[in-house]
Amino acid sequence: MTVRVQREDFDPGAEIAALTEDKRAIGGVVAFVGLVREMAGERPIEAMTLEHYPGMTEAKLAEIEAEARARWPLEASLIVHRHGRLEPGDRIVLVIAASAHRQAAFEACNFLIDWLKTKAPFWKLEESGGEGRWVDARDDDDRAVRRWIEE
Amino acid sequence: MKLLYFAWLRTKIGTGAEEVSPPDDVTDVAGLIAWLGTRGEGYAEALANPALVRVAVNHEYVGSEHPVTDGDEVALFPPVTGG
Repeated sequence: MTVRVQREDFDPGAEIAALTEDKRAIGGVVAFVGLVREMAGERPIEAMTLEHYPGMTEAKLAEIEAEARARWPLEASLIVHRHGRLEPGDRIVLVIAASAHRQAAFEACNFLIDWLKTKAPFWKLEESGGEGRWVDARDDDDRAVRRWIEE
Repeated sequence: MKLLYFAWLRTKIGTGAEEVSPPDDVTDVAGLIAWLGTRGEGYAEALANPALVRVAVNHEYVGSEHPVTDGDEVALFPPVTGG
């Protein structure tokens, strides 16, 4: 129901509390939090900068969320994605799906993060040894999203 | 026509945004990319492999045969890597 793209950090617990407040139909909440890893394969990284396409990013996230709500009976959902320079351990993304029963919440949360990774216009620049390197798209992310199309 | 470039397309081309007036025979995405490739070394390098370039017209992903016209906002970027 809500998508946000922001530079600031977020508090997953506070977001869950705010999203579920007064929604007594909810029986299960599933949250995914993505963090900046300290390693890019074999290389340690100092930081990661997320670039995005303002306007299209919000539109795509809203579309992805609407698709999840069409597929599962969700009582509430939220996507928060950060941009700018982040360091290992920092939070990048939060996806929350809430439903009357856990199965829909688990599946919708899984779907949301899979679709977001392949459809939302974000790009990661890793800093390692003082050099910047754009992250390549991953084949397994494409495979992850295809299972939602084939099913 | 407003053009936007992101990630390594932006750094290779040397700008993130520009206004362009392509020649009349540029009518679709493939034609636009071919024309942009002739505009300088940075463009040629960034667009050397069109298979690595994703395109959005007015915030929607499109294929190489999608039409482009004067008032469009056309964004060129590599495959996305968010999440």
